[in-house]
Amino acid sequence: MAKELMKGNEALAEAAIRAGCRFYSGYPITPQTEILEYLSWRMDEVGGTFVQTESELAGINMLLGAAAAGARALTSSAGPGFSLNQEGISYLVAADLPAVIIDVMRIGTGLGDIAQGQGDYWQLTRGGGHGDYRTIVLAPASVQENCDMMETAFDLAEKYRHPVLIASDAAIGQMAEGVNLPELREHNIDSFDWAVRGCRHGDAPRKIQNTYYTRPDYVEYLRDKYAAMDSEQRWESYMADDADVVLVAYGISSRVAKEAVNEARAEGFRLGLIRPITLWPFPNRAFEECKNAKAYMTVEINILGQMADDVRLAVRDTRPVDFYGTFFGLPESDVIVEKAKAMLEKEGK
Amino acid sequence: MKLKAPECVFSSAGFCPGCGHGLASRLVGETAEELNIVEKLVTVVDVACCSFNIDYWNFDTIMAAHGRDIPTAVGVKHVRPGCPVLAYMGDGAAYSIGMAETIHAALRNDPVTVIVINNSVFGMTGGQMAPTTLPGERTATSPKGKDPARYGTLSGVELLKGMDIAYLARAELVGVGGMAKAKRYIKKALEHQLNGDGFSLVELLSPCPTNLNLPPVKAKQFVHEEMTKYFPLGEFIDKGGDK
Ligand code: SF4
Repeated sequence: MAKELMKGNEALAEAAIRAGCRFYSGYPITPQTEILEYLSWRMDEVGGTFVQTESELAGINMLLGAAAAGARALTSSAGPGFSLNQEGISYLVAADLPAVIIDVMRIGTGLGDIAQGQGDYWQLTRGGGHGDYRTIVLAPASVQENCDMMETAFDLAEKYRHPVLIASDAAIGQMAEGVNLPELREHNIDSFDWAVRGCRHGDAPRKIQNTYYTRPDYVEYLRDKYAAMDSEQRWESYMADDADVVLVAYGISSRVAKEAVNEARAEGFRLGLIRPITLWPFPNRAFEECKNAKAYMTVEINILGQMADDVRLAVRDTRPVDFYGTFFGLPESDVIVEKAKAMLEKEGK
Repeated sequence: MKLKAPECVFSSAGFCPGCGHGLASRLVGETAEELNIVEKLVTVVDVACCSFNIDYWNFDTIMAAHGRDIPTAVGVKHVRPGCPVLAYMGDGAAYSIGMAETIHAALRNDPVTVIVINNSVFGMTGGQMAPTTLPGERTATSPKGKDPARYGTLSGVELLKGMDIAYLARAELVGVGGMAKAKRYIKKALEHQLNGDGFSLVELLSPCPTNLNLPPVKAKQFVHEEMTKYFPLGEFIDKGGDK
């Protein structure tokens, strides 16, 4: 099949349609608005529902209703809008509902700004709303991955009856690349018995609410669920097994980091890369193959190096872990190489 | 109200004595039986006092986040257009935290039915002031009485009157006449949904004896004599009907 040239955000939207998503509700905010725009006409073509809601709060709660009724339901947002989504994400978790929420990350705290950023890592991986939860987070690094991850996201959401987050960013969202699109599939809204549809006489009514009201085994159920989700660790290793310094980067930063690895290798410096594809569960297992690593460095578009703690945990603090973080602007490959070398020197080679 | 309780509503035990919720949920049940939609109806109830209904009636039910009942119901309706969908919420949900959701669902004329229980206070949290609290009414957050110079009294129904929706009415859950009207309005609201006419909303003025600090009979009097001054009763929009 011939490749199609698509923008990252549009690819996410089209891939959602092809994964059987027939419900979208959301609100405009840069840099994710192309998803909304694309689905405003595309949903019509496939007989799905598109609603531009009055706010992200209405959007996520409308999605919750659609998910409770058995649809493959999607919303997308960014920055402050994604914060408003947290009310519903927390409740999707509590009510055992599958759904997919895309965060096309922009830069900064508060209102932030529209440039690419990776400052939502903590919010994405720690359970960004109130309460006690986590969600699987998938981080695409190319437009093709946007296409490939959408079906995976819905499958995982349904497998665990749990929302799945997609952590994209403004750069991946706005860039255009050639992609192979997946086949179009339909989803049956009656696939799951728990989905509301009206209660037949003599049956017990379906109840969508905090599951601790309905599950006597609530605590064990959740602990088992999270333990099972831990098996979903996904990553890409790029020359990490023999590397002296291993970079850790996801999304758009990982592409610059890969360039840095190539540049370093060309001059004989053994640099490698681990690219988390799931930000949660964090791919701890990836680090087992880094037999030669003397130091680790995350490459991120944020000022606090949010992912570095996860790397420290993954390597059990046996090696130094530092970060190279940028703000307003992508990381640069020559700076990565320079900083990695400096780390190695500090470790006395 | 019939003498025989509807089969699809089997309790109201959690509501305080004299509370209007038990009456309202029974009316929803009776109406569902009369319209023969018991096996298709999906209900969405707000958290707090409204949420007891999830255990009291025999409908597939979603407990929604506070004030998000309407978008939740709209989400269900889009996915299952063959199901009548009813959102059941209080005045705090409909006209305070969920005001935007209420207005915009009406603006889109979303085909769901909304029941708003207006008792002039936040009930479950202990009787705090609401947008519907009457001027001078004493609540847990207006201990000297609501100061009309600082906080107005909002009639959600008046706000919705100008909108292009299917049905809009208000009744009081007081007396045989009030109950009969309340039931007629709920039924008409659901019929409009079944006919595909769009958004319907019925507000029910409801006694909350616990938070009004009144015995049940006095609480009913408050609804009938005081609340109706600010919240006029009747049908205000009835698309294709005689209104
Ligand atoms: S607090 Fe008020 S509204 Fe809630 S159940 Fe008691 S009387 Fe009814």
